[in-house]
Amino acid sequence: MTADDSFIRIENVTKKFGEFVAVDNVSLDISKGELFALLGGSGCGKTTLLRMLAGFETPTSGRIIIDGQDMGDVQPFNRPVNMMFQSYALFPHMNVEKNIGYGLKHEAMSDGERKQRVSELLDLVQLGQFAARKPHQLSGGQRQRVALARALAKSPKVLLLDEPLGALDKKLREQTQFELINIQEELGVTFIVVTHDQEEAMTLASRIAIMDRGVIKQVGTPTDVYEFPTSRFTADFIGSINLFDGTVTSVKAGKARINAAKAGCTFEAPVSPGIKSGDAVGVAVRPEKISISRSRPKSTTVNAVQGEVLDLGYFGKDSLYRVKLESGELIRVNRVNDQRVEEADRQVDWDDKVWLTWDANSAIVLPEEP
Amino acid sequence: MSELAGKSVSSSATQRSGFQRWLNRNGWRKIVAGIPYFWLLLFFLAPFFIVMVIAVSEAAYSIPPFKIPFSWEALQANIATNFGYLINDSLYYTGYLNSLKIAAISTVFCLLLGYPMAYGIARSSGATRNILLLLVILPFWTSFLLRIYAWIGLLGTNGTINNVLLAIGIIDEPLQMMNTDFAVYIGIVYSYLPFMILPLYANLERLDNTLTEAAMDLGSTPARTFLDVTLPLSVPGIVAGSMLVFIPATGEYVIPVLLGTGSSPMIGRVLFDEFFLNTDWPVASAVAIVLLLLLVVPIMMFNHYQARAEGVE
Ligand SMILES: Nc1ncnc2c1ncn2[C@@H]1O[C@H](COP(=O)(O)OP(=O)(O)OP(=O)(O)O)[C@@H](O)[C@H]1O
Ligand SMILES: [Mg+2]
Repeated sequence: MTADDSFIRIENVTKKFGEFVAVDNVSLDISKGELFALLGGSGCGKTTLLRMLAGFETPTSGRIIIDGQDMGDVQPFNRPVNMMFQSYALFPHMNVEKNIGYGLKHEAMSDGERKQRVSELLDLVQLGQFAARKPHQLSGGQRQRVALARALAKSPKVLLLDEPLGALDKKLREQTQFELINIQEELGVTFIVVTHDQEEAMTLASRIAIMDRGVIKQVGTPTDVYEFPTSRFTADFIGSINLFDGTVTSVKAGKARINAAKAGCTFEAPVSPGIKSGDAVGVAVRPEKISISRSRPKSTTVNAVQGEVLDLGYFGKDSLYRVKLESGELIRVNRVNDQRVEEADRQVDWDDKVWLTWDANSAIVLPEEP
Repeated sequence: MSELAGKSVSSSATQRSGFQRWLNRNGWRKIVAGIPYFWLLLFFLAPFFIVMVIAVSEAAYSIPPFKIPFSWEALQANIATNFGYLINDSLYYTGYLNSLKIAAISTVFCLLLGYPMAYGIARSSGATRNILLLLVILPFWTSFLLRIYAWIGLLGTNGTINNVLLAIGIIDEPLQMMNTDFAVYIGIVYSYLPFMILPLYANLERLDNTLTEAAMDLGSTPARTFLDVTLPLSVPGIVAGSMLVFIPATGEYVIPVLLGTGSSPMIGRVLFDEFFLNTDWPVASAVAIVLLLLLVVPIMMFNHYQARAEGVE
């Protein structure tokens, strides 16, 4: 992406609270109409980053540019940004209708238009019959929807949503997710959504930034961050993964052989150019990329390992196996149940000796972090 | 004999366990809730009853200086005389009006001064906040009377303020500040300001900061945010502070006596004179009862309003 089509630029932004660095030298470019997700554990600085975009915190250093304008001196009420607060921040003395309409109150529009807009939003979040209620008379999920509607009301250029769907049940959550995607597609609003639910980030976002302790670890499409993680943190944070320490023994034609003592086998995997023989690396395979079988594979040393089924979890559409290796390590294997079989006729069962194999392209090599 | 003794032991045991059970079930709650009522009964209702009795008695040269009526006719006659004064003699109703006016104006000034101060304290952080709060409470560590006397020294014709103004040439002759309503306002606002600041502070301090942020995020300037969010949410604090200033200010005695004029006394002064100069306890009691009624009505309205607000919020 070139600098020109980025709508929001975050340049080397750092935020310190006293000595504590909450956001550490973050740079991001987000283009217009993008649905961008910030994903990370609790306390990693997601809210702080949003608050800087909204203007409630001043960066200790760095710049924020929105729509070509440096936000340095722009007050929160003049920014083309609306935020949905993690704590909802609904006005307790106003009813649902007034809360949602608050941003429109001082807008140049007729009373009729304002009413119309509020009732559209009420429909959108399915709170029509609660219009006259005060926030304390609503459930957690209903409050969250009011907060969402209030942030949407002014159709801002940028919407910052801090955990927008956390308190909703699964069905309403999915519905609202699609609603958000619709809004984003129809209105071309740029969304930045904070979440610590990776599945939500995957469904919603066109790109995801993974944060850890104030640092952006990786930015990419859902496929990028899932299939091609660049750090142990990302690999571990997104989805589940089997990760081992290893040493590179040889590199040839973009493929490396890695000896992972704990796994008791050699990995062969594609590597990026920087990696050379003798490097300490992490090697990882996602559970669903591993085949499990009782029969002996062609190669018994490369991308293959033997173990004993310790646990078997049957989840209907798939099954999860925990396999104990000779070294004592556990590997998780996830298989789709693509055939209908009786329990007694299972290919692989408890306590079976099994072979685990995977494709060379499935293994991920993660360079040691500095 | 032994049978009897056994019986009485067992019955007292069941009694005790019954009491214990009552305590465990809801007794404690009742006792705790009952304490304020007991307090009110002892220190408010009982004295009020005594004052009532005196108010319907007849003034007399005796000790105590009143005669309790023992017939219906006497009672009616006494009520007519004692309360009749309050209606017919302008001294009393101007006293009431004067008190209400001075209390109301002082309350408004306390609010105008106290709100920004409370707001500032609530917005300040940690150590500063504690120091500011301490400064608000600090005057209480000196005697109230001394502090009012100090104002005499400041406001007098040869007082500090006049001397300073004369020295820097703003005025040519000393201003008459002592023994004016102005001095009374100064005294009352000065003395009661902490009672306005503290409840307002308690209210504003609890105000969720993200609410004002949300308002600004939705395009409101700080001024508009204040009017739309902060002010309405601080109404309970404003009402509480105003009550705490208005009610005692209405009955204020010391400040108007020391700083004010003799020509238009507040009702506290009238009450005092009636008791100690005229030794007319029945009329004095009547004055006190009417004052109480004047104040009870707004308090009840306030309570009603608060209960409703809590029910809705
Ligand atoms: N005003 C502040 N003063 C001091 N420290 C703060 C302040 N605000 C946030 N922090 C700290 O900065 C870090 C990041 O906080 P932030 O609220 O951005 O986390 P988050 O990623 O949104 O977490 P969560 O997912 O739990 O909401 C936390 O460790 C927090 O304690
Ligand atoms: Mg947060």
